[in-house]
Amino acid sequence: MIAEFGLAALWLAAALAALQLLAGVLALTGRGEALAGIVRPVAVMQGLLALAAFFALILLFIGTDLSVKLVAMNSHSAKPFIYKLAGSWGNHEGSMLLWVTVMGLAGAFVAFVERRLPEPTMLATLAGQAFVSIGFYAFLLMSSNPFERLDPAAPEGNGLNPLLQDIGLAFHPPTLYLGYVGLSVAFSFAIGALITRQVGPAFAKAMRPWVLGAWIFLTLGIAAGSYWAYYELGWGGWWFWDPVENASLMPWLAATALLHSCGVLAARNALRAWTVMLGVVAFSMSMVGTFLVRSGILTSVHAFAVDPERGSFILALLAINIGGALTLFALRAGTVTEGKRFAVVSREGALVVNNVMLSAILGIVLFGTLYPLVAEAMGAKVSVGPPYFNPMGAIFLVPMLLVLMVGPLLRWRRDSFSRVGKRLILPAVLAVLAAGVLAGWSGIGVLPFIGIVLAAGLAIASLLPLRERNFRRTPLSVWGMVAAHFGVAVALFGMASESAFSVEKLVAVRAGEATEVGPWQVKLVNVEPVAGPNWTALEGVLSASYQGGDETRIRPQARSFWTPPQQTTESALLTRWNGQLYVVLGGEADDGRWQLRLWWKPFVTLIWYGGILIALGGLLALIGRVASDVRRIVAREKIADRRESQGR
Amino acid sequence: MSGERKPAGWALWLPLMIFGAFVVLVTLGLLRPAPRDVASTLIGKPMPSFALPPAMPGRPGLDSSVFTDGNPRLVNIFASWCIPCRVEAPQLAALANAGVPIEGISVRDSTRDLGIFLKQNGDPFERIGADDDGQVQLALGSSGVPETYIVDGKGIIRYQHIGEIRAEQVPVILSEFREAGE
Repeated sequence: MIAEFGLAALWLAAALAALQLLAGVLALTGRGEALAGIVRPVAVMQGLLALAAFFALILLFIGTDLSVKLVAMNSHSAKPFIYKLAGSWGNHEGSMLLWVTVMGLAGAFVAFVERRLPEPTMLATLAGQAFVSIGFYAFLLMSSNPFERLDPAAPEGNGLNPLLQDIGLAFHPPTLYLGYVGLSVAFSFAIGALITRQVGPAFAKAMRPWVLGAWIFLTLGIAAGSYWAYYELGWGGWWFWDPVENASLMPWLAATALLHSCGVLAARNALRAWTVMLGVVAFSMSMVGTFLVRSGILTSVHAFAVDPERGSFILALLAINIGGALTLFALRAGTVTEGKRFAVVSREGALVVNNVMLSAILGIVLFGTLYPLVAEAMGAKVSVGPPYFNPMGAIFLVPMLLVLMVGPLLRWRRDSFSRVGKRLILPAVLAVLAAGVLAGWSGIGVLPFIGIVLAAGLAIASLLPLRERNFRRTPLSVWGMVAAHFGVAVALFGMASESAFSVEKLVAVRAGEATEVGPWQVKLVNVEPVAGPNWTALEGVLSASYQGGDETRIRPQARSFWTPPQQTTESALLTRWNGQLYVVLGGEADDGRWQLRLWWKPFVTLIWYGGILIALGGLLALIGRVASDVRRIVAREKIADRRESQGR
Repeated sequence: MSGERKPAGWALWLPLMIFGAFVVLVTLGLLRPAPRDVASTLIGKPMPSFALPPAMPGRPGLDSSVFTDGNPRLVNIFASWCIPCRVEAPQLAALANAGVPIEGISVRDSTRDLGIFLKQNGDPFERIGADDDGQVQLALGSSGVPETYIVDGKGIIRYQHIGEIRAEQVPVILSEFREAGE
């Protein structure tokens, strides 16, 4: 029954989305003004029905209803509760249902609260949101029905894959999805604004909280994904320029650019067409990324798990949504003037540099991700990795970070370097000092060297906007900006330090023997076999001491799983404030010695702490913006009330 | 520096053109048939030697010595708990009807479940060996169930198919099988 209820709710939601689109279009074109009133309630209902369908799926997974195909394929009665829950979105159909649910709820929320924009723009926005949703509903109902029955029911579920039972994997995808789909609202706002040609500060202010919210989730999702790859893969790296990673980075880059151009549009009514285009591009990148990952077009290793029909369906959706939006942009943006002009040296000028550089990096990542496809079309198998991405990205990242030191200090419209110049003396001195200290070190690469110098300068420069300010009267959004920019410096220092100072050692030792890596003394005590529910492992027992201090036991494992047969390494990490010791147990050599791979990675954890700071900055800004919006609405209502009572 | 400036007309079409190029590129990528046969390192190598006990009482188990009797065979790794295995059952039946001898290796299964599975989905197998700890599956370099191998009369692995056999792939398997018999 629950499955049928869920399916019915999904069909109803799809029908309401169609109604929402139709009513919006008729009202906008003047053929049914009376219909304008139903668009908002319909949008709210549509979101609630999608949520009901998603709840139905969760209930099916919690109860392990094996007469539902999706449950039988992906769950198992013996799974721990939390993974039964996560199983509902940890597969293709369920994750697409989560996608439309988040999209529906976002649309419902916009319909419910957003009152700043002119009504026609709101109608166009909600119609746009409905249009995009219909495509995804069709995809779900036609080729990925999550509620499909299995007759006869399976005696037991199929999904006890231990590798997927990881708390990080359970919550990482929904975090990214909230980010991806949050950008759909920005997309719809951009469509609405293009249709009614109402691109101005009100549009930017309405869009900004959505971009901020999505961006916070994307930032956290990327940071968590990077840490997961770092400790789980056992290769000691934290970013691999893998297509799946790039798929999450590209929307983040676009959203970061959009966030900053939104600021210019909201404050100064400039960069209109550009902001609208970024609104389209940010969600487009979400869809492109999802397509690249889902269609399996880039990961030929898993080619057998790919369904070409689904790939074609998503591609068709992409072509209609993105192609349509970009066509609309090309036709309409010519009538949207760029808005107020500004001098090169000004806050706007700095933000333009930020936008251009972010867009260039986005282009580089997109090109690098797609290049294997281009090459394959010409008959060559290639893979593109760090030797391409790192230097190419740095070409644009370095000028962007230099401007980031100055930008927040500049005034809007017009400013001069001589005014801000003396405030930058301190960061400059610190950067030069860092460069001097590093010059004494031998064997540091060019990029890590630049990275550390820039991080030192930026750490101070990012705090300067707080100077001469009364802390209690400083708006939350300024605190947010400072926290996020400081977070960039922190993360950058972590990355550069990891790459410059990491010490790696590959040794073969007998039980009882010791080795040194960086400031650590690591002794192999012995190697023991251990067994888990569905794996066996060799566990190395090691004792590590930092500069001859207390000894700590760490236990890296080499695991063998049975279903599917797979070897994984469980690295052992020992975290200190100034870095991490990272140990991987390798195979046994013939003479009774064991291979150990050890890294000392100074300040590596700052990469993720920096990421969290950046997200926290976004959160502060979001709270600040929403609070001031609410205050303004309350004040306006008070004035209206007073006028009313005076009128009597 | 005052007055309002409009963006250049051609520049507005640029994003659409880039996107168009992307669509063409990935359409080409989707149309190209995905390489289904993973170049397994086992192809061209002899079957590993093993002796699996019978999975069903009263039926023979699977001993690797049968692969050197001069006749090519299909080896199907399956399990009653594997749903794609149900999907491919009709295709296996079709292959068996076409005269292909099929040997089964059932991975981590119970006699009871296996009995139900064979009753529901048909039984195309000459012999079924019980691989209770997955060791033979591991030795065959199989990454999951179902997987199907074609072994020629001298015990050399000639072809590996990963995942379920779909209806449209039966002719491919048949022609590979005939080739292995020549």
